[in-house]
Amino acid sequence: MKVEIANLSIAFPTPRGPSLAVRGVSLTLGSEKLGIVGESGSGKSLTARSLLKLLPPEARVSADRLAFDGIDVLTASERQMRAIRGKRAGLIMQDPKFSLNPVMTAGEQIAESWRLHRRTTRREARQAALDLLAQVQIRDPARVADAYPHELSGGMGQRVMIAMMMAPDPELLIADEPTSALDATVQAEILRLMENLVSSRGMSLILISHDLPLVSHFCDRVVVMYAGRVVEELKAAGLARAEHPYTRGLLACLPTLSHPQARLTTMTRDPAWMDGVS
Amino acid sequence: MDGRCQLIVVDNLVIRFGRVEAVSGVSFAVARGTAWGIVGESGSGKSTVLRALAGLNEDWSGHMRLDGAELPRRRTRAFFRRVQMVFQDPYGSLHPRQTVDRALAEPLVAQGIGGADAAIPRALDEVALPQAVRFRYPHQLSGGQRQRVAIARALITSPEILLLDEPTSALDVSVQAEVLNLLSDLQRERNLTYIMVSHNLAVVAHLCPMIAVMQGGKVVETLSAEALRAGRTTHPHTAELRALSTELEEP
Repeated sequence: MKVEIANLSIAFPTPRGPSLAVRGVSLTLGSEKLGIVGESGSGKSLTARSLLKLLPPEARVSADRLAFDGIDVLTASERQMRAIRGKRAGLIMQDPKFSLNPVMTAGEQIAESWRLHRRTTRREARQAALDLLAQVQIRDPARVADAYPHELSGGMGQRVMIAMMMAPDPELLIADEPTSALDATVQAEILRLMENLVSSRGMSLILISHDLPLVSHFCDRVVVMYAGRVVEELKAAGLARAEHPYTRGLLACLPTLSHPQARLTTMTRDPAWMDGVS
Repeated sequence: MDGRCQLIVVDNLVIRFGRVEAVSGVSFAVARGTAWGIVGESGSGKSTVLRALAGLNEDWSGHMRLDGAELPRRRTRAFFRRVQMVFQDPYGSLHPRQTVDRALAEPLVAQGIGGADAAIPRALDEVALPQAVRFRYPHQLSGGQRQRVAIARALITSPEILLLDEPTSALDVSVQAEVLNLLSDLQRERNLTYIMVSHNLAVVAHLCPMIAVMQGGKVVETLSAEALRAGRTTHPHTAELRALSTELEEP
């Protein structure tokens, strides 16, 4: 499986003409874990969602190439896209409170996602749901399977989401700020769990986040976006050697326990950053 | 605890929601002009303590004192003149159909203070917002600008105490740094007393020299920011939170 994005632009119409939210982004992804980092409005989520054609209807997308495993997403029909979404590429969003169906039990939702992409019986699907819940390290799968989303904590909810996305055995997992709504202790567990599942199944991962140090712990490669462009691409291990002033600024302005600063470093945004990688 | 030299004293505070005891006997005291941090995970009761202090929940038992005087269940207007609160999400805490001008005038009206025409431009200046923002609506501002408006609104009646509930958690990291710097500057200039609640240890340790760690409705440890940085923790939960924070902050 290979993802190719070349010169991707996404624009939204405004009364003052089209506003470019993503401007000429190019990246490729093989069987690896890629982090996309940027602040709100940097275009990181739009870039990843364009792969699944899950953009707001008014978005205007253009690209030299936008392909998922050789399938041209730009010209793909809804029918072709439905064969990719969920089945070959799963999407995990920020808050399980909003992405789970509140009137279905966790088990029914996972079983549904399992049945949707396979010919199987209800009983088999139920068993598969329990297995998946055990795989996302839920201690009491039978109890959680019968629980409604409001009866689950944020961390549990996100485990259920991950189990649901893993059910069709996808090749790519897109996780859009999957742990921003969770506590620090749970955050680390969920990311570790995701990393393990992705590695053991040989899947690809796109992890979208605003937290640069965090992403670097769970990815092989990190792409830093600013104002709709990629300003820097680095090996996760080489974060300390980041060169772009924006990337360095993102790291410097974080308060840390180990390096107290009387005053936090703030960023002076250089208009030249708008131009991205030259 | 000696309540006389402390500006705020919380003594054996208990808060129940139905059968659930969300806060079980929390006590701490904050001296004038200092910043007190409360950290903990969701459900630890940290925000519940802050909301009770702000007078947003009247159903509690125990004692809360301001300047030695027992706080009544229903807060007086004079209380809100001295104590103001800044919430996590500036989009939720600003009225979407009120201009910044109106949002900033509201506390003055409520307190019966005149001179809004002079106070509002000054308040915008203090939080480094351009005057042009005055007649805009919240949706026309960025997240950082909105949080600055929320801070300006809290400060416009010149309170002594600010209660800060995750004031930077909804902001981008670069904006978080600006808002935290602003909060330190304001504290120094006005000798403000802060009580800040956050799940982010590094953010709390940056602003607050003293920190209470909450778990399951109780304060499990009170320690200095310095001790936290150095790893001199006594409770395993503090050590766990610290380990996660330091492990993930290094690239």
